[in-house]
Amino acid sequence: MYLLAIDWIFIIEKLVLIAAIVTLSMVVAMYATYGERKVAAFIQDRIGPNRAGPLGLLQPLADGGKLFFKEEIIPLASSKFLFILGPLLAMVTALLTSAVIPWGATMNIGNRQVPLQVADVNIGILYVFGVVSLGVYGIMLGGWASNNKFSLLAAIRGASQMVSYELAMGLSLIAVLMLTGSLQMSVIVGEQYNSVWNIVYQPIGFIIFFICALAETNRTPFDLPEAENELNFGYHQEYSSMKLGFYLFAEYINMFISGVIMATLYFGGYDIPFVNEVSLAQHIGENWVALLTFLTLMAKALFFVFVFMWIRWTIPRFRFDQLMHLGWKRLIPLALANMIITALVILWLKK
Amino acid sequence: MSVQLTNRSKPVDRRPMNWVERLYLINIFRGMAITLKHFFKKKATIKYPEETRPFSKVFRGLQILNRDEEGRERCTACGLCAVACPAEAITMEAAERQEGEENLYREEKYAAKYEINMLRCIFCGYCEEACPKDAIYLSQTFTPANYQRKGFIYKKEDLLIPNPVTDPEGYQKALGTIGREKEGV
Repeated sequence: MYLLAIDWIFIIEKLVLIAAIVTLSMVVAMYATYGERKVAAFIQDRIGPNRAGPLGLLQPLADGGKLFFKEEIIPLASSKFLFILGPLLAMVTALLTSAVIPWGATMNIGNRQVPLQVADVNIGILYVFGVVSLGVYGIMLGGWASNNKFSLLAAIRGASQMVSYELAMGLSLIAVLMLTGSLQMSVIVGEQYNSVWNIVYQPIGFIIFFICALAETNRTPFDLPEAENELNFGYHQEYSSMKLGFYLFAEYINMFISGVIMATLYFGGYDIPFVNEVSLAQHIGENWVALLTFLTLMAKALFFVFVFMWIRWTIPRFRFDQLMHLGWKRLIPLALANMIITALVILWLKK
Repeated sequence: MSVQLTNRSKPVDRRPMNWVERLYLINIFRGMAITLKHFFKKKATIKYPEETRPFSKVFRGLQILNRDEEGRERCTACGLCAVACPAEAITMEAAERQEGEENLYREEKYAAKYEINMLRCIFCGYCEEACPKDAIYLSQTFTPANYQRKGFIYKKEDLLIPNPVTDPEGYQKALGTIGREKEGV
């Protein structure tokens, strides 16, 4: 009787959703590598990859195939278990965050309300932060297990950078949480859905969050852990074949997910700007609106991915002391001030 | 004081940065505006196999051994090109034309073997200048890549222009703009 009590359709629904989201993240990450090369090329007045397939669209497949067929080298001096665990953790933590993100408005399939969200946990944003801070293990283990001083240096840089910027990120986020009064992602989006986007109230908070997101995903100008010209290749120097691929992939997935999170927290999530979704749903049906909202979220997220790339090909890398200076002496006080002012304004308005 | 060489020089601004500059954000936005401008600029790339860069009229590329209108080799293996060659890239062996070979070679002596080492050749065009028989020209193509060094030693078969009698199209194509530089083509 217990088996019958389980809502099997619910499980299938969630499994399909998980598969879809993981595939989506993978495909986006794959094409982000292509996008990166194209953006780089365009900014440098070049054309970029255009040989594999029309407009070079098959380039990511060729790159992936190449990575798979490369020789897999595990250095003798490395600690093998951790060496394998590193890229695995990087990949897993990159993908895990996508679980709590509301990807679109609720769908209606066969009289069943299907929210486009894997898990609407009430500590959504806290979960995201927990998983993101686990991401540092991928870098740390990879660098440590390689038994190479450059990798280790890079890993230490990466770990300290991620830990310091997480602080400012969390502080800038508290202001948003105070506005919403909830940690639940769907509530945060719902609030913006019905009124204005959080960016209106929190422009400084967003800038801090954005800078920290750059640092968290190890993107230029904060790409110190993988500084090619200083540390050879950073923490993944000893990696080859698909293990390296996983690291690179994890970076792009992280980029995409942080774009999604920024869109969710500050830019109304899946809210279509200047459109009343409820009246639209009466015209074209709930499911089409859900699809449109999903596409809106994707557009917002991909815009942020583009901005990440744009920044990468504009700004040179920070020096490590500058990085720490910016993180601890500039962003954290600023985030604190932002938080306190927000709190005061909220208190004042409520009274 | 140094002499002013151009009027484009700018004095270095060593003033301490003001608050806005130290904020750094505005300058970042400025930089990003510059890169975005480049994003939409015309691209400098030439998509090589489909498009080729136009060569100058006097471009000196791969040598060809010329034939006359009847398709006979012009080279008489006099060796002047080899003497003129500063890189010593040309070697040849002469042979005497036999009875019945009049349709192959223009004069009584011809090059049985004619080799140019493209790794040595500096494409100076002295061989073209030295040739009294209009037999060697530098064409408008460059040496294609090869996997082996020996692939760069071009034999007579590689260098000879297609026969104008049997393959007029190939002949015209290989001829290119040779000898017509002054016409302004």
